[in-house]
Parts: sequence; C-alpha cells; structure tokens
Amino acid sequence: MIGIEHYVAVSSILFVLGVLGIFLNRKNVIIILMAIELILLAVNLNLVAFSSYLHDLTGQIFAMFVLTVAAGEAAIGLAILVIYFRDRGTIAVDDVNQMKG
Amino acid sequence: MEHVGLIPVIAFYLFATLTVAAGAITILARNPVHSVLWLIVAFFNAAGLMVLAGAEFIAMLLVIVYVGAVAVLFLFVVMMLDIDFAELRAGFIKNFPLGMVLAVVLLAELLMGVGAYQTGGLKLGTADGTAVAAAGASNIEAIGMLLYSKYLFLFEAAGIILLVAMIGAIVLTHRERGGVRGQNIAKQVARRPEDATVNMQPEVGKGVQL
Repeated sequence: MIGIEHYVAVSSILFVLGVLGIFLNRKNVIIILMAIELILLAVNLNLVAFSSYLHDLTGQIFAMFVLTVAAGEAAIGLAILVIYFRDRGTIAVDDVNQMKG
Repeated sequence: MEHVGLIPVIAFYLFATLTVAAGAITILARNPVHSVLWLIVAFFNAAGLMVLAGAEFIAMLLVIVYVGAVAVLFLFVVMMLDIDFAELRAGFIKNFPLGMVLAVVLLAELLMGVGAYQTGGLKLGTADGTAVAAAGASNIEAIGMLLYSKYLFLFEAAGIILLVAMIGAIVLTHRERGGVRGQNIAKQVARRPEDATVNMQPEVGKGVQL
C-alpha cells in the first residue's frame, strides 16, 4: 500500500490543473468541460484512496455516483454546446448574454 | 507504514506522473482533439492508480464510462462542429498570470492540509464498520453487496439521473428538418384498395389514362 499522502498529493495537483484549465481557456467551452472532468477525476481518486485507506467501501460507492453525475453532466453540457453552436456559429462563451442576465 | 515492495512504488510513481502530465497537456494543448486524447491518457493512468489502491471495479468503470463513452462523446462534438480554435485561444496569454497565481495558491492550501495531517494536526474520520468488505469477497462482490442493500435507493436515483440526462440531451439537440419525406402512418392506414387500384379494359392501341 502506498501512503495516503501520495494519493492526496496527486489528486490535489490534478484538481488544481482542472481549475487552472478553466481559467486559461475561458473562451473554449469544450476545454472547460474537459477541465471539469479532470476535477471530478481528482475527486474520484481521493474518494477511492481514502476508501482503501480506511477499509470502508463507502468511498468507492460514492465514486460511482460521482461518475454517474459526471457522465450526465458531460452529455447535457455537450448537448447545450451543440445547440449553442447551431444558433450562434461559435462556441466563444465569454460573451454569453442572450438571457440578458 | 508497512513494508512496500518496489514494483508497486514504481508503478505508483509512473501512473501518478503520467496522470499529472497528461492532465497538464489536456488543458494546454492547442488542438482540442489532442486535448481529448490526452484526457483519455489521464483517465487510463488514474484507473491504474485506482487498481493500485485495490479498487479494481471503479478502475474498470472509469475506463468503460470515461474512455468508452464520455471521451468519445467529446471527440464527436469536437470533430462535428466547425470551430475556429485559434480565435478561442485569444485570452490564453492574458489569463495566464492570474490563473497561475490562483493555481499556486490553491495547490499550496491543499498541500498545507496534507502537511497538517502528516504532522498529526488533523484526525481523519474512522470507518464505522458498516461498509467493510466481507472476508474473502472480491472488490466487485463487496461493492455489489453494499450497493444492492444499503445504497439501493441511491443506486436507483443514479439510474433516474442517467435517464433524465439522456432525455434532456435528446430533447435539446432534436430538431425538425425541412425537406425530409417522413413516414405518415395515419395516411398509410387510411388508404383503401378502391382508392389505390382501378380496373381498366383498354382498347388495343390506346394508352391508359391514369
């Protein structure tokens, strides 16, 4: 067994990479969605590592639910992206103001 | 810490390095198709890390769901839409300093948490003993046992989430196309033989008027 700190360090770095990806690619919503997937992957890695460390399967069960929500989120996000592109001809999201919010 | 063999340690550092490197290239790549492919590499290596942690089922699920479904979905969308990616990278340099500062601060905070735990400043929660794998049960067996008893309703809720996501994605992207000759079932059913066929006795040399 590798120490829990190593797993936490890896998933921390992965989480930060995801956040950084959202900041760096503020216009490209596809990369933003991929960065969100990276963040969820980091969360899953953490859940699995702690589940294994504490000898408690609850973490793995919840990693599965996170996976479910991530899959649904990707499908809905890409569907919104497709209709947005159909409507506007671009996916630049830094000037989304159609709803005048 | 108990004694660890050399091979798991090498495997861990290999998978960890590749996961982080692939994640970094995912967010930095110029071409989104490359981003998706590096995301797949990151997922494979994260699955390797999960196997090392003893969670084979979640690791395989990660490969099947992410690599098999989500990443392919991303690839479809990236390749289907005709997007000017150069234009979308315009703010990259401008956002770089702020993003790096934020990332470094966030990472320092997270690693400080790990440090606080290592020095004994934090106590982790302990398992309540209700979700321990039965002796001799494999990982997938133990997860199945727990999932279909204690977490049955959550499991069904997850199914409903997937169903709603599927219906939502179809409803969002579905559109009526013009110029398509679709099947009109009511018209087909309402058609009678006397409307469709006619008996004729044409004279020799005369054509048939339809």
